[in-house]
Amino acid sequence: MAHVATAEAHAEHDAHHHGPQGILKYIWSTDHKMIAMQYLFTGMFMGLIGGLMAYVFRMQLAFPGLPVPGFGLVSPGEYNALVTNHGTIMIFWVAMPVLIAAFGNFLIPLMIGADDMVFPRINRLSYQIFFISAVVILLSLVVEGGGFGGAWTAYPPLSAESQYNLTRLGASLWVLAVALEFVAFLLGGINFITTLMNSRAPGMKAYDIPLVCWMIVIASILFMLSVGPLIAGAVMLFFDQTLGTGFYDPTRGGDPILWQHLFWFFGHPEVYVVLLPAIGIVIEIVATFARKKLFGYKIMLFTAVATGVLSFFVWAHHQFIAGIDPRMANVFTVTTLLISVPIAELLFVIIATLYGGSIRLTTPMLWALAFVAEFLIGGVTGIFLGASGSDVYLHDTYFVLAHFHYTFFPIAIIGTFAAITFWFPKMFGRMMNETLGKIHFWGTIIPFNMIFIPLFVLGLGGQHRRIYNFQNFPELAAMQPIRVLATLSLVVMLLFQIPFFVNFVRSLRRGEKAGRNPWHSNTLEWTTESPPPHGNWPPDQMPVVYRGPYEYAHPDREEDYWPQNLPA
Amino acid sequence: MQKPLATTRSATGIPTSRLAVWWVLASEVVIFGGLLASYVMHRIGHPEWAAAASVTNTWIGAFNTLVLLTSSFTAVLAHQAAEHGDGKLAARYLTFTIGGAVTFLMVKAFEWTEEITHGYTITANGFWSFYYTAAGLHALHVIAGAIIMGFVARDAAKGRELHRVEIIGIYWHFVDVVWIFLFPLLYIAK
Amino acid sequence: METLLIQASSYAASIDGLILLVLVLTGFWFVLAEGVFFWLIWRFRAKPGIRSQYITGKEKHLKRWITIPHALVLVCDVFIIIGAVRVWYDVKQHLPQPDYTVRVIGQQWAWVFQHPGSDGDLDTADDIYTTDDLFVENDKTYHFQLTSRDVLHDFSVPVFRIKQDAIPGRTITGWFHPIRTGTHDIQCAEICGIGHGVMAGRIHVQSASEHAAWIAEHSPASAQ
Repeated sequence: MAHVATAEAHAEHDAHHHGPQGILKYIWSTDHKMIAMQYLFTGMFMGLIGGLMAYVFRMQLAFPGLPVPGFGLVSPGEYNALVTNHGTIMIFWVAMPVLIAAFGNFLIPLMIGADDMVFPRINRLSYQIFFISAVVILLSLVVEGGGFGGAWTAYPPLSAESQYNLTRLGASLWVLAVALEFVAFLLGGINFITTLMNSRAPGMKAYDIPLVCWMIVIASILFMLSVGPLIAGAVMLFFDQTLGTGFYDPTRGGDPILWQHLFWFFGHPEVYVVLLPAIGIVIEIVATFARKKLFGYKIMLFTAVATGVLSFFVWAHHQFIAGIDPRMANVFTVTTLLISVPIAELLFVIIATLYGGSIRLTTPMLWALAFVAEFLIGGVTGIFLGASGSDVYLHDTYFVLAHFHYTFFPIAIIGTFAAITFWFPKMFGRMMNETLGKIHFWGTIIPFNMIFIPLFVLGLGGQHRRIYNFQNFPELAAMQPIRVLATLSLVVMLLFQIPFFVNFVRSLRRGEKAGRNPWHSNTLEWTTESPPPHGNWPPDQMPVVYRGPYEYAHPDREEDYWPQNLPA
Repeated sequence: MQKPLATTRSATGIPTSRLAVWWVLASEVVIFGGLLASYVMHRIGHPEWAAAASVTNTWIGAFNTLVLLTSSFTAVLAHQAAEHGDGKLAARYLTFTIGGAVTFLMVKAFEWTEEITHGYTITANGFWSFYYTAAGLHALHVIAGAIIMGFVARDAAKGRELHRVEIIGIYWHFVDVVWIFLFPLLYIAK
Repeated sequence: METLLIQASSYAASIDGLILLVLVLTGFWFVLAEGVFFWLIWRFRAKPGIRSQYITGKEKHLKRWITIPHALVLVCDVFIIIGAVRVWYDVKQHLPQPDYTVRVIGQQWAWVFQHPGSDGDLDTADDIYTTDDLFVENDKTYHFQLTSRDVLHDFSVPVFRIKQDAIPGRTITGWFHPIRTGTHDIQCAEICGIGHGVMAGRIHVQSASEHAAWIAEHSPASAQ
């Protein structure tokens, strides 16, 4: 007890001297954990908005022309704005802030035994810019003319000229918001990379770093090297919209296809930018709950790097039928299918790690395993689209849509829930309820498959994306029961998020006290108090590292785990 | 705010601030790279843009190149002074560099006013769109660099944070190098 | 595939065949991986008193469990690449000699089709223009010249398995060869503004006599 009291006194003392007071403490804090929470809660809020958008447009698809409860009639323009911003928000304001910014901020300093990021004020600035970008994207939905409806890919000339998209303000604010978000993540990424490179605890060598930290840093580097051309492209698009330049206007010497190259040169690496952190999270959880050393640390690390490098050479598989030279398609088919090798390897390593384990099916472990099972579907369906010949037919159908939801949903939703349920005890000092956790898990996973498996069928049946009412197409109208099934499953899935929020809020206040290391895990974050104080460890007790992060069931040791900071 | 312990560590042996500025530059390189690659592709596809390019004043561009190179040179001298712990001298050299930046911007302002009054605005044609966008993005970097350099020089004059002189110097060389690419692409290629 | 949507062009079957090939190869891996995965979860579930094994994955005989599947995935990739490139070559890269050429123009939010009239040549006085309805003759090879008046559109005929973006300022030539008569959907597959969802066309594949009759009926008066 006395120990806890001193810790609290210590924390109070810190707050008194090192930071702003009261509510400002939460807004102007430079503490990496506080910034992580800001990102986490902003991301979850945006996720809720993105989910409700999906509810509205799925209802319109299942029951076209009927008012959607809680929203009303959906006009074609509103429908386009909803699908556009659903995609944009889920990727840029949910997946990236939660997986990279929130967990990157929370985990990197704690896992490498540092007391904070190397540039705490740049870190704070990053969140503030991100926050502004979130406000701008929400604002873009309610301005005159409505939100931008040119799809998250924003192909010009539709996105560039208001005479075509009819949303002059919405389109410009959309570009502005996305550009601001990029700046926020560039700032954050520099912090992650330099912190990991330079601020590791004494004794922590490159291969002693928990893989999730590596993954977030590799993702940040990928982001940094891929987003630049799109930032330039976004400036050009913004000038086309506001100043009337003609960068993408073919009648004035511009080229609409240029945007597609700039967009997908970023857009494909972006998939791996969010995938790698999710894989990292899964690795940590699987190792902990299988009580197993990871099967091949270096294979995993170098495979991730290889994936990142390859991802720069596959972008045009999004443009097979976009009017590029048909001969180019052959080149990009080869590179795209090659990338299946490292991706398969990442999953094989995780599966191989299970061998010989002692697997505990806790809620975080269920999420982590579900990630592998579901992501496999996303992976194999990608082959159909990477192969140019079959992409001719499947491009821009619901097959594509179902495919990337089978990648992004495991990444952004399953990965996030895995991480939240796993690190909740460390973040808030209390355990989450396992029963509610499992209800939430099954209530999310089963409807998820019920939403998207039917959409594969619709895609193979020739149904294209972004069409607000399929009754206009005689051949598609007959498949209406499949659409209703997908929509009802979505409603069920959204309802099953209620147990999660109940669990989250209830556990914050009434959950069982977690202690320092409830999962008997090895990495450094579990060696400090839960939640960690400002500075993470008392200055005289900063951890020193003696071994790698996955030494479970080591024969030289009686307990089945061996924390990184224990002297041999 | 007390400095976190994390900032004092250096597992790679390279100072953290230098690592950071290199990463900043890496991300800047791809931004300018994307823009310039787009420009070059368009330029190849539109030989008629050469007529527009011939309007640009090579002598003004060359003068500005000289100004930036000189300012980079004084940034190097500032770094040397800072290495020797002479903050006052470093600050004085940095002031020269800022002077170079201001000269560059004034010449640019004069040049653009001239061009715009002759009707060569950003919407005139594709060449001018790229011209103003690329040079404008570069000018923003010049402005940002000059402002930051002002703060660094102020601290350096008091003998504080001398390592920042080197960091801003690296950044300034980058701004210089970008111009070295812009100058031939926008002024000389006719 | 045929049960979901009929195959109405000469290359529809080969595209479906490629999809089937990919389905078999990836399906094998998928079932195998998921099978092993769930078996491992069941086999190595936590049991009291049994401790997990310490396996580093560094030993050669263990690494095989990664390297062999790795090589096999690569082999499957090669098969898929060969299949994909062959189909792609037929559908997109290689244009057979056309019997007729039609022009397809996308605009917000309708398709305009320019058919050759009775003389069989495009851009002559007897060309027939229609909106949203394309009339073609069965078992003839057609070229289409695709362009757009405003934004990007995409000419997609699911029963033909063909799809091509329409780009303003460019004309892209593609081909198809209908193999059965009937009326089918044309969808716009690239978002093109608020009317994207109503940009529905119909393609009418007619027998030779029907088509001749249609041409005779619709030829512009000035050309007769």
